[in-house]
Amino acid sequence: MEKNLECWKGFKGENWKENIDVSGFIDENYTEYTGDETFLKGKSEKTGKVWAKCEELLKEERKVHLLDVDLEHLSGIDNFPAGYIDKENEVVVGLQSDKPLKRIVNPFGGIRMVENALGAYGKKLDEGTINLFKQMVRKTHNDGVFDAYTPDIRRARSAGLITGLPDAYGRGRIIGDYRRVALYGIDRLIEEKKKDLLSDELLKVDSEEKIRLREEVSEQLRALEKIKSMASKYGYDISLPANNAHEAFQWTYFAYLASVKENNGAAMSLGRVSTFLDIYLERDLRGGVIDEESAQELVDQFIIKLRLVRHLRTPDYDEIFGGDPTWVTESIGGMLDDKRSLVTKNSFRFLHSLINLDSSPEPNLTVLWSTRLPENFKRFCAKISILTDSIQYESDDVMSPVYGHDYAIACCVSAMKVGKQMQFFGARCNLAKSLLYSINGGRDEVSGKLVVEGIEECKDEVLEFEDVKKRYFEVLDKVAKTYVDALNIIHFMHDKYAYEAGQMALHDTHVDRMMAFGMAGLSVATDSLSAIKYAKVKPIRNEEGLAVDFKVEGDFPKYGNDDDRVDSLAVELVEHFIKALEKNKLYRNAHHTLSALTITSNVMYGKKTGATPDGRVAGQAFAPGANPMHGRDACGALASLNSVAKIPYCGCCQDGVSNTFSIIPNSLGKDMESRQDNLVSMLDGYFTRGAQHLNVNVLDREKLIDAMNNPEKYPNLTIRVSGYAVNFNKLSRAHQEEVIARTFHEKL
Amino acid sequence: MKLDDRNSLKLLGTDRINNLDNANDRNSLKLLGNISSVESMGLADGPGIRYVVFLQGCQLRCQYCHNPETWNLDGGRETITPHDLIRRIERYKSYFGKSGGVTFSGGEPLLQPKFLLECLSLCREKGINTVLDTAGVGISPRDEIEKILSLCDLVILDIKAVREEDYKNLTGQPMSRFKNFLSICQEKGVKLWLRQVIVPGLNDNEENIKELAHFIKPLKNVERVELLPYKNLGEIKYKTLGIKYRLEGLENMDEEKCRCLETLLKELIEKI
Repeated sequence: MEKNLECWKGFKGENWKENIDVSGFIDENYTEYTGDETFLKGKSEKTGKVWAKCEELLKEERKVHLLDVDLEHLSGIDNFPAGYIDKENEVVVGLQSDKPLKRIVNPFGGIRMVENALGAYGKKLDEGTINLFKQMVRKTHNDGVFDAYTPDIRRARSAGLITGLPDAYGRGRIIGDYRRVALYGIDRLIEEKKKDLLSDELLKVDSEEKIRLREEVSEQLRALEKIKSMASKYGYDISLPANNAHEAFQWTYFAYLASVKENNGAAMSLGRVSTFLDIYLERDLRGGVIDEESAQELVDQFIIKLRLVRHLRTPDYDEIFGGDPTWVTESIGGMLDDKRSLVTKNSFRFLHSLINLDSSPEPNLTVLWSTRLPENFKRFCAKISILTDSIQYESDDVMSPVYGHDYAIACCVSAMKVGKQMQFFGARCNLAKSLLYSINGGRDEVSGKLVVEGIEECKDEVLEFEDVKKRYFEVLDKVAKTYVDALNIIHFMHDKYAYEAGQMALHDTHVDRMMAFGMAGLSVATDSLSAIKYAKVKPIRNEEGLAVDFKVEGDFPKYGNDDDRVDSLAVELVEHFIKALEKNKLYRNAHHTLSALTITSNVMYGKKTGATPDGRVAGQAFAPGANPMHGRDACGALASLNSVAKIPYCGCCQDGVSNTFSIIPNSLGKDMESRQDNLVSMLDGYFTRGAQHLNVNVLDREKLIDAMNNPEKYPNLTIRVSGYAVNFNKLSRAHQEEVIARTFHEKL
Repeated sequence: MKLDDRNSLKLLGTDRINNLDNANDRNSLKLLGNISSVESMGLADGPGIRYVVFLQGCQLRCQYCHNPETWNLDGGRETITPHDLIRRIERYKSYFGKSGGVTFSGGEPLLQPKFLLECLSLCREKGINTVLDTAGVGISPRDEIEKILSLCDLVILDIKAVREEDYKNLTGQPMSRFKNFLSICQEKGVKLWLRQVIVPGLNDNEENIKELAHFIKPLKNVERVELLPYKNLGEIKYKTLGIKYRLEGLENMDEEKCRCLETLLKELIEKI
């Protein structure tokens, strides 16, 4: 404790010293910054050298996709030797394996997945290793899931009704409170976990849940020891709290690094570290230990490390999540209370890394926007968005009433209290296909197979709205049940066979759990309902009686034009679906949450879905997330935004409502000044309407077409797609074409 | 406002707005505006983010007009009462910030003076900033124009040409109504942004710029002067409408050259 006190010299407050309470520590010690960006510095000489080496490697990786893979070790917190990029110039150290961009093999989700992923690049694991793994490990997560899956789930899965499920790869979307390692040191965290294990509650072993939790906490204790040991391989002892800014960055990074050595979850998000780290930078700046240049150097080098995180993926996986994303999401800004924001100089430094190190999809920098944020910060965010297309915005005003002020975004739009809540990630189900099932008596329009039982076939010449809606909601009730069954099984097995001990060690022992369901094809389903209601829709049936196409006579209102006649259908649909889900009990007493977020799976979902009553042809990509369908938002950008803002967040789509927005630079304003002003007004306006999320791209369609044809001209072209950013060149052609087909708001 | 309230309000709002819409339809059936189209995020027609209402109808027949569909007074996509239009615009108030608002453009907005006047006065009531984007060629008597101008925060005035014969040649109409409108603007001290479309081979020469500078120099309350490069985007619309396009095959105005002319214009206005 004495040593701790020395590390905490100059820090205010007592409560956070007694209890693990990073949020309390931040509240009492951070320094809000309301000034402008003129204090910022460029990249240091050391950073320049390290980044130059990385750029070479990244260039090579873009050509071959998989640069290198470690076939000798299996994933784990402490299973790899130390690795460096350029040891003498690295200010923050640590890599997943012994070399930068060398991917690690994680067989705990399922060995077949690893074999497929390696096979795609002509590589394979050593026979001996496979045999040893199979002997040592009784079962993988994937094996467990398929032992328990029901026939309904299997049918829904193979029809493309419910897909992208984390049943063969890590579920991710868990954020360890990596700051705890810097503030308290590993030893204190071990001490607290040991106390929990001996608490009255955990000593009363009267249920399976208690037994499971006792086992998990013991796993967490081992993981903490491993994190310490891993750090020691790099010459650092992280038993005690960080003593200065450099150590605070390094300790936090080791904690995060442990999580990406141990797990290959789809989204391995960072949390909310920038304002926390600013407290250490401020203390060192005040003490004259560092200057602004070294502060920026720490940030830039930390960011470089985050940009190098990789996982081994299969081609199937890439089809759902295009562009090799890792979702190292960092949440920046937000408000502490009505008056004070959590913006610090470090909020600026993190965003400034996009200038010092060029634009980049990772880390996934997410600004928690409030209309009350300092004006200087808002304008700076707008400027960085316009220059780099690398930032996403999420409404702090909508989320903080639900999640408090120390929450962070996992993946794209999923909010959770850091270290106190976790999510059971659940991919998404296909709302458009479900609508077709309601017309086709539960049979799949592509295969003709019966997928959802007990739905009466619709034989009408002209579809009747109330009738279709009734059937549709019945289908959704059944889909919801199957969906819940699938997620209950997946997360039971994930906890059992691929538990994230390192990440959960950085949570409170008693966590609150949310199970996140998702929807794809919201705008297609909505417009289809609108067509049926306001126009005349005649199904065209094949010999088997399946509606494989539709003839639409007359016009109908389309989602994306701020027209309540149709937007209210979208609202009714999502409200029905969350209620349908809520009728089913969840594993570990999780709460139901729902998102309208597709990542890039809107392309795959579209491919697997037949023609829909809105006039969309079979196989055509859906719009991403909660976006209006491409080109149908005809009343300008704000009308489109207003439609999306109507999808209710609180209590309904509480896992996020994703909207991706592209506008051409000249339409946003004549010069940088006016573009910044207009973007700020637009964000203020959108979030005041109660919206939750916005990806902003300021670019021309022509530029993307040029980049598709001449990738070498745009090595760093970053764009926001759906809750995350990607390097445009890393997308498949189909994904690139879908992005280009989206609405680009322009005023001629 | 608490979040729950806001969300439930939003849900309730849908029905409530529709009901109010109906009530207003009954009360103000007589005064209907004829709207050609709207743009919910206009960033070129006035300061900040603007909701732009394009009113139907125009008596000028400018050679380069790229909105021939707005000419006919009886055309238009929809008719709407001032109340309903303003209620719709209010949904965008949160985006307007300090400088944005609504812009009434066209067509020629002055051809629906009663509707325009009612809209402007409702905007004033609701604290919405207003811009009138016009060629100054309406049908109102002087006192009506004065009333309209008293409710505009800014007028964007299109100077088609400064010489009588050029004006007639370009627009098919005499210059008198434009001149009259401009003089009332001057008397009333209305803030002005002045614009001219620059067309290759027609007015993209220094002589025109000099004359334009002499025309603008004595004017008061001019806050901004802009030259807009001609774009041949309208050509296809003429084909669809079966109207002959007089500038068929003409290239877009070179943007760089247009910028140079604008710089020259500003210098000349300073110097004279």
